[in-house]
Amino acid sequence: MTAVELKNVNKQFPGMSYKALDNVSVTIEEGEFITILGSSGCGKTTLIKTINRLYEPDSGDIFLYGKNIRDTNPVELRRSIGYVIQQIGLFPHMTVRDNIATIPKLLKWDKAKTDEQVDRLLSLVQLDPAEFRNRYPSQLSGGQQQRIGLARALIADPKVMLLDEPFGAIDAINREKLQNELKKIHAESHKTYLFVTHDIREAFKLGTKIIIMNQGKILQYATAQEIICKPADRFVKELIQTTTDVSKDYVSGGEGI
Amino acid sequence: MFSYFAKHADMLLGAFAEHLLIVFETLFLSVILAAVISYFLLKSEKATNMVIQIFSAVYSIPSMALFAMLIPLLGLGNATAIPVLVAYNQYLLIRNIMSGMQQVDKSMLEAGTGMGMSHWQLVTRVQLPLAMPSIVAGIRLSIVSTTGIAVIAASINAGGLGKILLSGLRTMNVNKILWGTILSVIIALIADVGLRQLEKRIRR
Ligand SMILES: Nc1ncnc2c1ncn2[C@@H]1O[C@H](COP(=O)(O)OP(=O)(O)O)[C@@H](O)[C@H]1O
Ligand SMILES: [Mg+2]
Repeated sequence: MTAVELKNVNKQFPGMSYKALDNVSVTIEEGEFITILGSSGCGKTTLIKTINRLYEPDSGDIFLYGKNIRDTNPVELRRSIGYVIQQIGLFPHMTVRDNIATIPKLLKWDKAKTDEQVDRLLSLVQLDPAEFRNRYPSQLSGGQQQRIGLARALIADPKVMLLDEPFGAIDAINREKLQNELKKIHAESHKTYLFVTHDIREAFKLGTKIIIMNQGKILQYATAQEIICKPADRFVKELIQTTTDVSKDYVSGGEGI
Repeated sequence: MFSYFAKHADMLLGAFAEHLLIVFETLFLSVILAAVISYFLLKSEKATNMVIQIFSAVYSIPSMALFAMLIPLLGLGNATAIPVLVAYNQYLLIRNIMSGMQQVDKSMLEAGTGMGMSHWQLVTRVQLPLAMPSIVAGIRLSIVSTTGIAVIAASINAGGLGKILLSGLRTMNVNKILWGTILSVIIALIADVGLRQLEKRIRR
């Protein structure tokens, strides 16, 4: 079943020499873990934000489970999609518990269920509930804040998750742990993930398929192995050559997924 | 001086109460009006700047001139005094409300919207609590300012402590001038200290 589909989506911001999204078409099947890879400014965030209608495309259509998102109330649409914003965006006046409970509050869950789920999510992102639930964001490190951002997006178990560089502020060791954890969460959930990153290793490690973008265009959309064996063009070829160990992992048959 | 107070406690405390009432009535109406105006300004920064400019111009008009303009329309007393005091407060309140709301980090608004908060939920659950320190500061300023200007309103029969001060000036009664001043300072001081405390608590 197709979870997300973009058809000829274009988006240009005033004063830009290239389009942030340049005739983007892509079909994402349910249950995939799609990583979106590209250098800064290539349109990754814009792509994510058109899916939950934070941005409206200039032209083209986007379908979520076959339904044109233009025909869905944006507030309803967003409540059905998990979203981890690149800038983390925790609410400084709320405790960790209340931050994670943002969507449960919107959905009017009762307190017992909310508390239970908040603690479950805290454990899931490897933070001790008793220690962290009553802290304020200012009392957390950047990496801990990002984990709360992830917990906040996961709590209502949405069918589609949009993750915009969710591990950007996390140190290498914890990042590795969280990547593994997220991969496990995904594997157990059968949900569809769109995960933005500019880290090639991360993209190849996590993605069941990878979207490689440059200047608003999708250069290649394929599995890691396909990309290594048949890079779509010079740009992709050079990109994967910059990280030799990535190609090694996949060419030697270690599929790593 | 204290014997004067003891002898005229009824009159002094009556004026004090009257003054407090004017300040509270004004504050109540001012906050409601400013809240409504601010809500409509949220969508447009341009309109916000324009409205603040206008109220800043109003704020700079001397109160006597404003009273004089409105007396023919609304008559003497509180009917004119309170609308003028409310108009003055709009500048202090709207300026502080809007700057508090605008200072809220864009990424926080985007996170809220992205998770499916409606505009109203975003305003009440995210923007307003984060703007609270600035809003309380605005309220504190407007109480102090209202307390002062309300004294002048006595000259158009609005009552309150201004009445004591004016008659003290006319008859050169030092005790009246002193007590009128002390009591109005007390109002301003209580508001100032009380709301500063509240501000601190909100800021944590
Ligand atoms: N709200 C916006 N207004 C103007 N330009 C924008 C806006 N959002 C993104 N852009 C521009 O669009 C391009 C793509 O941005 P973005 O999607 O954020 O890139 P990425 O997430 O890949 O780093 C950039 O050149 C950026 O400056
Ligand atoms: Mg980005």
